Amino acid sequence: MSTSENRQNTRAARNAWLLSTPALVILTLAATGPLMIMFVYSFLTPGKYGNVEWQFSTDAWRGILFTRDIFDNTLKLADAHLTIFWRSVKLSILTTIFTFIVGFPTAWFIAMRPPASRALWLFLITIPFWTNLLIRTFAINQIIRNEGLLNTVLIKAGLIETPINIIYTDTAVFIGMTYVYLPLMVLPLFAAIDRFDLRLLEAGYDLYASRWQVLRRIILPIVRPGIVAGSILVFIPSLGAYVTPRILGGGRQMMIGNFIDLQFGQGRNWPLGASLSVLLLVIVALTLLVYVRVTAPEKTDG
Amino acid sequence: MTDTYAVEARDAVKEFGQGAGAVRALDTVSVAIRQGEFFTLLGPSGCGKTTLLRLIAGFDSPTSGTILLDGQDITDLPPNRRPVNTVFQSYALFPHLSVAENIGFGLEMLGRPKAEVEQRTAEMLALVKLEAMAGRKTAQLSGGQQQRVALARALAPKPKVLLLDEPLSALDLKLRKEMQGELKRLQLETGITFVFVTHDQEEALTMSDRIGVMSGGRILQIGSPREIYARPTNRFVADFIGETNFIPARIRGGAAHLAGGVELKIGQSRADGAATLAVRPEHLRLVPQGMAGALSATVSHSVYFGTDSHVHLKLLDGTELVARQQTDPDGAGEPKPGAVVGISFAPGAVQVLED
Amino acid sequence: MANKAFSVSRLPGFSTMALLVFAALYLPILMLVLYSFNSGKSVAVWEGFTLDWYARAWANQQVKEVTVRSLVIASCASVVATVAATMAALGTTRRKAFKGQTFIYVMINQPLMVPEIVTAVALLIFFASIKVATGYQGLGYLIAAHSAFCIPFAYLPIRARLEGMDLTLETAAADLYASPWQTFRRVTLPLLAPGMIAGLMLAFVTSLDDVVITVFVKSAGQDTLPTYMLGQIRRQVTSEVNAISTVLLVLTVVLLTAFFFLTRKKD
Repeated sequence: MSTSENRQNTRAARNAWLLSTPALVILTLAATGPLMIMFVYSFLTPGKYGNVEWQFSTDAWRGILFTRDIFDNTLKLADAHLTIFWRSVKLSILTTIFTFIVGFPTAWFIAMRPPASRALWLFLITIPFWTNLLIRTFAINQIIRNEGLLNTVLIKAGLIETPINIIYTDTAVFIGMTYVYLPLMVLPLFAAIDRFDLRLLEAGYDLYASRWQVLRRIILPIVRPGIVAGSILVFIPSLGAYVTPRILGGGRQMMIGNFIDLQFGQGRNWPLGASLSVLLLVIVALTLLVYVRVTAPEKTDG
Repeated sequence: MTDTYAVEARDAVKEFGQGAGAVRALDTVSVAIRQGEFFTLLGPSGCGKTTLLRLIAGFDSPTSGTILLDGQDITDLPPNRRPVNTVFQSYALFPHLSVAENIGFGLEMLGRPKAEVEQRTAEMLALVKLEAMAGRKTAQLSGGQQQRVALARALAPKPKVLLLDEPLSALDLKLRKEMQGELKRLQLETGITFVFVTHDQEEALTMSDRIGVMSGGRILQIGSPREIYARPTNRFVADFIGETNFIPARIRGGAAHLAGGVELKIGQSRADGAATLAVRPEHLRLVPQGMAGALSATVSHSVYFGTDSHVHLKLLDGTELVARQQTDPDGAGEPKPGAVVGISFAPGAVQVLED
Repeated sequence: MANKAFSVSRLPGFSTMALLVFAALYLPILMLVLYSFNSGKSVAVWEGFTLDWYARAWANQQVKEVTVRSLVIASCASVVATVAATMAALGTTRRKAFKGQTFIYVMINQPLMVPEIVTAVALLIFFASIKVATGYQGLGYLIAAHSAFCIPFAYLPIRARLEGMDLTLETAAADLYASPWQTFRRVTLPLLAPGMIAGLMLAFVTSLDDVVITVFVKSAGQDTLPTYMLGQIRRQVTSEVNAISTVLLVLTVVLLTAFFFLTRKKD
């Protein structure tokens, strides 16, 4: 390796950093940096009217799981908090599973269209993906609310007499999240299926596999990276969902996102809000780590 | 001026990667290309021919060694400051520019006046017979037309040397033949030194003034097409260009001694010892067995090719040879498998290889 | 079914399921659009065609104000994000691995990985201190926050375009006496333009759609169109929201269609 080549490499690396600087500065100021500050805030004491007092305290971290009894000052497990965590995790997992169940046939269907119409079907999945999440949640709200289309049609048809109360329940949040996050499952699944070599199916059938066996033993293992990617893409925003539970869950069926929001509003407990946010961030980081671990060996194979 | 070559590489070395994993793509290559010459670098893929071309163009810098243009050291000059232009294998035509804009690009970058750019572009369009296509986008052209635009674009700034990196490989056979003639014509008309890279031996033989045969990052032999074909100096060159029979022999007293007591006069002066002889199949003659100075061989089988047939033979020591024979209309003269025949060599057909 | 030829790619029930999914995806949106023309207030009973809701939304001073604010923020943020993302893409793609490459990738894609609510809260905390310290309450905070989360959306298509670009074109330009700057101006930039426009559009749509971060970062009286709509929905005043949603929907479809044609590979 000559010195001129070495010099070229050093210069190339320096250019890479220089060119990336504006993006890095913006992201540090308005994304990553504030995350660090939030971490610090999780160790402070709440101020009386919101914000914080600069006094070290681990109360916010204890406050995630425990509440202090007002009378005897002992710590008790905070049932209300646990309910919210459990609802968040349960709804996110259900959403992930259900979007996979309906998303996989959809992705398969798109991938098997002739090339001319495939782009159109894909486009039809992309439109909802890019449509404002608020609008989509609102659209679902309009369908399932008591005086909405669903109940009106059922009552007109004589199937029910009083409206089924879906809105402001866990079911409503589940329906809404499935609806808004479905494209996030379909798109990576499609990408994986699109790369799938159909001759493998011919080989499978040639070797006496049934349709079910072909699906179980050939298709699903091969498109696994797409399944994992889709699940991650649905699970993470579900866990941190804010708009959908707020519109469809009302004030009562809170998820972690709304619970964090509460600490900065009526709750007036910024440190607890900060510690909850850090916790959510850690869960997301762990999920991503699992994703990297699960998909890394695949990359070396292919 | 007699001493200056158009292009020269002196002890050029190019390594990719670092440390123990470094790959030596060029291993101490020296070559001098004359003014106005059609010089071809011929070799299999990965032999280093494109690497050498890129060093001359300035796209890569050598790990060590120097590159000279007209006797001037240009090793550290960036490509945009070298009066050398390239016709790329993929043509690399700018898709966002028209045919005329592509051709004028180099002159425009050199800051030539608009009128000159336009006039030269028109000249080049005429030279490659694409006047009607001036305003088209390059994507609308056929492969052969794109090839012509690439040529015109590289010739427009009147480079001292034109580098051509396998420019015909993307064309089909018929078009390739046509473009070979076209390239030769352009070279003669412009008088520009052409350095042509190819893996196609036929292309190299028909078009070049001189050929440099490359393998494993080295230039093995430089010579005219006739020299390269008729007088290969080593086994790789003999084997890579055309088909060749290799016969083991011992050199003693200026003659080659073959198995079976046959002695052959050789034109070259060689030290005594073991050597390999190379003989082209068309230079082997089948003669009746026992003729003086002929080797004895057994016919294994023969393969019919229409105009000629390949007779596969086996010498007594097991060496396998192929002789090419013109076919008879009725096939009467063809040797039968198992027949024992004599082999004689055309005068001067035997070449002693260096290794 | 019996006389249907065996097809290896067919899996039973998949097509039916897929078509149901498409119907389910579009039914709520289409109902939303349809009932924005309903003369009654109901979202389930059709009472006749009207453009009244559009007229009302158009006449509503507050709607005008929040729309302009949304457009200002989205325009500024998408331009800033696209310029920063273009530079970063030029810096990080098409070169040998260098020290800190992974760090830059993680930084750029960070907004895609961190839940919005977490970033929103962090920005609330950070900007609250700055607002107190400087007294500045303007749109700058929203534009900065939007620019940050728009960067990965602008970066992706630009990077894809760069990676798909034939490197020999730039080599050819250098061969034809173009200086590095001329090569960039005359070859790289024109070829990169479709990717940059695509990135700009994605960033614009992303900024225009944002609810969560805006809710937490905005100062009093800085509602954007989505946060205004969120407020209206919570107060169950929705007929105008139907009309506004429809307009936004049309805008999204138009931008996406343009994006679709811009990034489509030409064969």
